[in-house]
Amino acid sequence: MTAISLSPRLSQIPRNVSWSPGIGAAGYSLRLLRSAPMPRVPDVPLPSSRSGPGVPDGEEAVLIAALRRGEDTAFASLLREHGAPLLATARRMLGCEEDARDALQDAFLSAFRAVHAFEGKSRLGTWLHRITVNSVLMKLRSRKRACERRMEDLVPHFTDDGHHVEPPCPFSDAAVRALQSSESRMILWRAIEQLPDAYREVIVLRDIEGLSTEEAGTHLGITANAIKIRLHRARQALRTLLGDCSEDLSP
Amino acid sequence: MTCREFAEFLDAWLAGLLPAEQAGAFRRHLAVCPHCVNYLDGYRRTVDAVEQLRAAETVPEEVPADLVRAILASRKES
Ligand SMILES: [Zn+2]
Repeated sequence: MTAISLSPRLSQIPRNVSWSPGIGAAGYSLRLLRSAPMPRVPDVPLPSSRSGPGVPDGEEAVLIAALRRGEDTAFASLLREHGAPLLATARRMLGCEEDARDALQDAFLSAFRAVHAFEGKSRLGTWLHRITVNSVLMKLRSRKRACERRMEDLVPHFTDDGHHVEPPCPFSDAAVRALQSSESRMILWRAIEQLPDAYREVIVLRDIEGLSTEEAGTHLGITANAIKIRLHRARQALRTLLGDCSEDLSP
Repeated sequence: MTCREFAEFLDAWLAGLLPAEQAGAFRRHLAVCPHCVNYLDGYRRTVDAVEQLRAAETVPEEVPADLVRAILASRKES
């Protein structure tokens, strides 16, 4: 693939700028509602479906009791009944099958050990999801990375009177095509992997796994407001990296 | 509104959370600033692309049998 000029194209007619908002949380749930009956609904854990006031029902209580007694079949049942959506979570958040399998294994081993401490104040699925997200975050942090970039180099800078220091250019045609191609997943992960941990984690928790600001804050031990600020900076950094991705694709 | 403020309010605007007055200032800035039009375009493409990543991972029918065996075996070892 040939290198593409990234020079600003200010003469380009601006795209329709009055498109309706809907990329935030409200947009996600609308999309879900529309596709709810379809078999390919992603397991997007909406707060209402996962962290509601639900307590274990009768069947779940029986399973929990058997787990506490250390019955082999109970551990197999737990894995069979709850494993699949958690594997999807690990795959989604890690973008790598091998790491996802490792993280799921770590999560279930933690759960098996901690089942005595499970108080039944939430559903098993909710509890297991939280444990899985923790295992995934540990896996994410332990991953060796070739090229971590500095945030200062990736976020926009402004003059004292509030203008862009470097006028932003639109995504090149090559960058747009790349994001619509079968390579897009690989391109996105390569960009995400260049973010410092704090920003990578917040993108993965909020935008990829779809946790709420509050849930993401609980996992990372920071306030909801800090999550919002980090997410915005992480998205800005990704914008810079993805806008430039045509360069990376050159031989 | 300056370009700096525009960038700050971007997430709130995309989520439809900007109060009417600020949203008006936001739209007026967009009408006169091609830099922010470009910035918004790339930002929106970025958020869309990440959202596709999220939607693409569907729940499998079941955990692969070999992984179930590995997890249950490692429980016995640990
Ligand atoms: Zn501007």
